[in-house]
Amino acid sequence: MDILKFITAGSVDDGKSTLIGRLLYDSDSILADQLEALHSSNRKNDDGSIDLAILTDGLKAEREQGITIDVAYKYFQTDKRKFIIADTPGHIQYTRNMVTGASNANLAIILVDARKGVIEQTIRHSFLVALLGIQQVVVCINKMDMVDYSEEVYKSILKDYNALAAKVGLKNVHAIPVSALKGDNIVNTSANMDWYKGESLLHFLETVEITIDASTEHARLPVQWVIRPQTEELHDYRGYAGRVSSGSFKVNDKVTVLPSGFTSTITKIELLDKEPEEALAGMSVTVHLKDEIDISRGDLLVNSSYQPEVSQLIEADLCWMDTRALDTTHTYFIQHNSKVTRCKIQETLYKVNINTLEKEYNEDFKLNDIGRIIIKTADPLAFDRYQDNKANGGAILIDSRTNVTVGALMLRNVAD
Amino acid sequence: MSKHNQLDYLDELEAEAIHILREVAGQFERPALLFSGGKDSITLVRLAEKAFRPGKFPFPLVHIDTGHNFIETIEYRDAMVKRLGEKLIVGSVQDSIDQGKVVEQKGKNASRNALQTVTLLDTIAEHKFDACIGGARRDEEKARAKERIFSVRDEFGQWDPKRQRPELWNIYNGKIHKGENVRVFPISNWTELDVWNYIRREKIDLPTIYFAHERDTIVRNGQLMAASPVLNMDEDDVIERRTVRFRTVGDMTCTAAVASDAFLIDDIINEISESKISERGARMDDKVSEAAMEDRKKGGYF
Repeated sequence: MDILKFITAGSVDDGKSTLIGRLLYDSDSILADQLEALHSSNRKNDDGSIDLAILTDGLKAEREQGITIDVAYKYFQTDKRKFIIADTPGHIQYTRNMVTGASNANLAIILVDARKGVIEQTIRHSFLVALLGIQQVVVCINKMDMVDYSEEVYKSILKDYNALAAKVGLKNVHAIPVSALKGDNIVNTSANMDWYKGESLLHFLETVEITIDASTEHARLPVQWVIRPQTEELHDYRGYAGRVSSGSFKVNDKVTVLPSGFTSTITKIELLDKEPEEALAGMSVTVHLKDEIDISRGDLLVNSSYQPEVSQLIEADLCWMDTRALDTTHTYFIQHNSKVTRCKIQETLYKVNINTLEKEYNEDFKLNDIGRIIIKTADPLAFDRYQDNKANGGAILIDSRTNVTVGALMLRNVAD
Repeated sequence: MSKHNQLDYLDELEAEAIHILREVAGQFERPALLFSGGKDSITLVRLAEKAFRPGKFPFPLVHIDTGHNFIETIEYRDAMVKRLGEKLIVGSVQDSIDQGKVVEQKGKNASRNALQTVTLLDTIAEHKFDACIGGARRDEEKARAKERIFSVRDEFGQWDPKRQRPELWNIYNGKIHKGENVRVFPISNWTELDVWNYIRREKIDLPTIYFAHERDTIVRNGQLMAASPVLNMDEDDVIERRTVRFRTVGDMTCTAAVASDAFLIDDIINEISESKISERGARMDDKVSEAAMEDRKKGGYF
């Protein structure tokens, strides 16, 4: 059994929380005491049925305001798969929360209200999903009950959506007409839409293929910690501990340490008392090398035949996440894998109006603004292009004054 | 070429947790692992062995002892520490009471559960811990569902849900100001069932109270409690011997038992798979108000 992590993009008005509640409720993933709390709550739908959205509303502040402010993680499983949902708010002022939730997702559900069709926020959500490199997208055209389960309405919206997907660069798009409120096509296929011959949402989520980047070209292992017991019996023990972020390593692979450029050969891969022959993407292991070379936390081990870019001047997409605007005169920290170094913004190239996708040329990056910049780092970073390799292409900006994470960076290429 | 994900879910959860533990080791000067004696923190200990052996743990284990723990928990703790050869620091709620820092609750529902926050914060201050690793999971409770894996606390140990740092990919920002500290939750993404399946797979030994056993019990507020000198009992309380087990290991005064015939780990996993009460449903301390957990987290609780 494997794990599918997905994000739901949409606003309260689209019935996003209801959709998640419905998935949990209809797949029997709600336990008795939670169900009791649900039934005893004062919040009900207009027709007196229980309000499933309560299941995903976590914080007091949110209950008071009736909106989802932060990212809430929900867990459920069927006999086919385990699921982790990142439930994020849809309003534009919470763009950073959506980016946060999207950063770890394998799939995105984009909700479209059947009465409204593709609107500004659909464009925004689709753009963000593409920017964060989520490979699979399910468009749920919701509230089909409000448009008499009309196939025409569905087809017309789908046509608009496919045009949008092409524009923002989304490739694997799958569409399902649903009513989260009534439960149509969520867990079971609906009798109300016999014109729809596809699967239910849950069935799709259970069977969609999750791919990992296991190519040796992308073999990357950020060193987090060097294990050196320095006891008498383990006097010469020196293990490099880290999680393979992409690709795979085997014993006898020739590896290069970046940014130093030293090379060696893997002699052993360890995980406590096991010694696997191969370390796959996602595995946390300890690696031993043939030669005693200087390696410390922040270094990157890569397959010597396929090396990433190493540079101090990097072009990147930026999502600004702080209430204080980006300050091009300030020195920030950049954290990339286990490496932290100082950096400055060399140049802001443009911003993107995420509702219209038009470029804007002003360098004033405020909360939730997205655009392209060039950064200059104190130490060189060994990185891959984010859209080719998310694991080694993402980085965060930290404000050295507040220590707060203020930006998400999707690294692109070495700047001229 | 990409290929189908080959990691089993337990391998993936394990790898994520090990990665988080190593980030703590790499980013902090004085981390600690909060050890409660419960199955979640016992799982953390196994994960720490995977992350750091054959080296020593880069942190001590810290136990906040209310003095009302199950004796089985304390025996388990001491045997485990001996086997590991790692350092254990005990923060005592009794000491906090004796020093007059906290006042013991009175009445039938008296519990030291709330008092341990003070002892925990004092222990953190005394040892200048900058990161405390805990075994909380997001599936336990809806406030926890929104907490970050690296959760920054101010000087008063408070969690501010509205000022959480964005946490992207698997990059954890552990930068803090002096006086602040970070709570780190490596098994955030595990469910109760995942923890049990992992314990079974890894053949991890647990305190005996997790398994069905006979015990003197009373019914309090509709829940089964272990009859003990630390529970304030009166003539209305009827002591009855029952076959029970505990689903969490907290204070004797606030941890309810469930009637169970699950004597083996397979029985427990079957029981949980079919269970109709979530794990924290058996913890009375969450029942005080709908927002109980959120309020306690803001106050510096684990």
